Amino acid sequence: MISESSLEKLKILAGAAKYDVSCASSGTKRSNTSGGIGNAAAWGICHSFAEDGRCISLLKIMLSNYCIFDCAYCYNRKSNDIQRTSFTPDEIADLTIEFYRRNYIEGLFLSSGVLVSPDHTMERMVSVVKKLRTEHRYNGYIHMKTIPGASQQLVSEAGRWADRLSVNIEIPSEGNLKVLAPDKDYKSILEPMKMISSGITEAKEERKKYRNAPQFSPSGQSTQLIIGATNDTDNTILKLSAALYTRRDLKRVYYSGYIPVNTYDNRLPALITPPLRREHRLYQADWLLRFYGFRNNEIVNDENPNLDLELDPKVTWALRNPHLFPVDVNTADPLMLLRIPGVGTKSVQLILMARKHNRLNSSHLKKMGVVMKRAQYFITCNELRSRNVQDLKPEIVRQLLIDKKQISSDSAIQLKMFYPTIPVLR
Amino acid sequence: MNIYSFDNTFEGFLTLVFECYNSKQFPDEILSGEGSQTVLFGSDTLVVTDETKAERVWNGIVKKSSEDNAHRIYRVFLSETQETPMLLIKYVRLIIDSEKNEETNFSVPIVVEFNKLHQKVCREAQRIHMFTRFQKTIEGSYYASYAPMYNVLPLCIPHFRDRFADQNWIIYDLRRNYGFLYDLKTVTRIVFDDMQVNPQSGQLHPSILAEDEKLFQRLWKQYFKSICIEERRNEKVHRQYLPQRFWKYLPEKW
Ligand code: SF4
Repeated sequence: MISESSLEKLKILAGAAKYDVSCASSGTKRSNTSGGIGNAAAWGICHSFAEDGRCISLLKIMLSNYCIFDCAYCYNRKSNDIQRTSFTPDEIADLTIEFYRRNYIEGLFLSSGVLVSPDHTMERMVSVVKKLRTEHRYNGYIHMKTIPGASQQLVSEAGRWADRLSVNIEIPSEGNLKVLAPDKDYKSILEPMKMISSGITEAKEERKKYRNAPQFSPSGQSTQLIIGATNDTDNTILKLSAALYTRRDLKRVYYSGYIPVNTYDNRLPALITPPLRREHRLYQADWLLRFYGFRNNEIVNDENPNLDLELDPKVTWALRNPHLFPVDVNTADPLMLLRIPGVGTKSVQLILMARKHNRLNSSHLKKMGVVMKRAQYFITCNELRSRNVQDLKPEIVRQLLIDKKQISSDSAIQLKMFYPTIPVLR
Repeated sequence: MNIYSFDNTFEGFLTLVFECYNSKQFPDEILSGEGSQTVLFGSDTLVVTDETKAERVWNGIVKKSSEDNAHRIYRVFLSETQETPMLLIKYVRLIIDSEKNEETNFSVPIVVEFNKLHQKVCREAQRIHMFTRFQKTIEGSYYASYAPMYNVLPLCIPHFRDRFADQNWIIYDLRRNYGFLYDLKTVTRIVFDDMQVNPQSGQLHPSILAEDEKLFQRLWKQYFKSICIEERRNEKVHRQYLPQRFWKYLPEKW
């Protein structure tokens, strides 16, 4: 039962969960079964925006902030002297349903500190999710964290009820993880990831044969990496992401600029503000991996191990490869169009459609959302050739394109990436 | 000058298109709105809505372009700005008069303009999906209201009917003074005459709120506060994505 006392718990356990960045609730289409409540829209819906500008789509909450582990980067670590509490499974289920019925949220994102043992914690979490699906006949979205070290059986059970499972890697290299999270190792993280990914593949195969075979984490799995708490380079980070996308079929890798929650711990760097600009560049690079056909070593490699903070990674890449430009927008193939700085996926679609009708000039391109300020140095269209990267030399173009914007607008751009695209309403 | 007027329904608009082609007289101006003085006295041609004619135009558009495009025209129609009917006439003429399907020809300005407005209407509808906040009443049904910029409620109803299939609800447009009621079976269009609602904020009168409604509003407010990371506070983005005109309907901003 929800009562006045739930307010205090909510304050503590939402506050404890807020560092998990994953907000995407998209990717599943779950229709409402008759008589039940809720569906998961294929696009995720943001229901509000917090005062830090992040989208609020899910009730992101911890079952408990008690933890037997002592990870250096975590606010909830055992050695921190903080107020601790736990919800009962019923409380979370009720809260989810009540919020959902008022259209406050798109679903539940459930995580937890390690209470007693990984299996004990996981069991309680699974019971929340199962309650929602069976007792409350709830068909809305559920994202559940799996606890490192939990048994295979519990992970499988979780996958039956949740839309998405995730295990946070947090630290991008094993050596650094060992130093900062002595209770964890890559095995305890990567094993469940592997379990989830094979669970997903098997369930998909089964469902091809039998339409009613049970689903397993139908909207895939995701993970989170903390940026700037260690000396790992962007090259290390993006190599890991690329491997996760191709070999483990992850839906998303989230990057979270390290927020110095435990300033007393000298294994961690003394940051004054979280590295938001780097985080933003990583999201852009991640976008290039997933939607623009780039390979990770085209973006960063041994010679250029870190992203240029002053420039969009696509611009950096283009400046390193001036011989590929300028591109003729009226004839270039789609993959090359995607590689032009200032041209997004949406614009490419529009260009491909529109050039069947007419030869395009720069005013057409502008209307189709091409950022001419950047694109002008890399394209030719139906006009006199403007000054391009070949004539001007990359170094000069670089100076012309440097991002002079403030950090504050950076997270605005990043937010756009989280912001779901507008669905075609029918 | 050719001035047409119609009753401001979508069928009326399609009929208007039909009459234009029939008489080969295209409007320089279109007046809309039922029975208003300007409409009655200011126009040369008063269009009488006719389902059959409307359907023929609809089918013509589908044939010349696509069903999606016809739906887009409907959505743009719901923008109900003063310029909308003239913009739509131009767009529909382009579609009907061209040999090829022109709906994706983004080098034609009217196509771009049409799609921009379409985008705006969809975005407003999306905001209703996002920012609707139900208040639970003493009888156990759920109520929400808004004053959307465009007349987008009809576009949102299928989503709410699907998602909240097992609860009674009302969603009301305070600006246009009509809404929809769902009673677990069907959705009906309604107009309140005696409202227990504050027309400014859309809040229900406290006497008809469910007993625990205030508690859940407080819990939601608390959640909203707790989830914000102080180190990343960014009011600019917050305001950009959560337009101020919606704040009065959102318990988290009360
Ligand atoms: S196990 Fe999780 S909750 Fe516990 S200290 Fe480590 S990161 Fe924090």
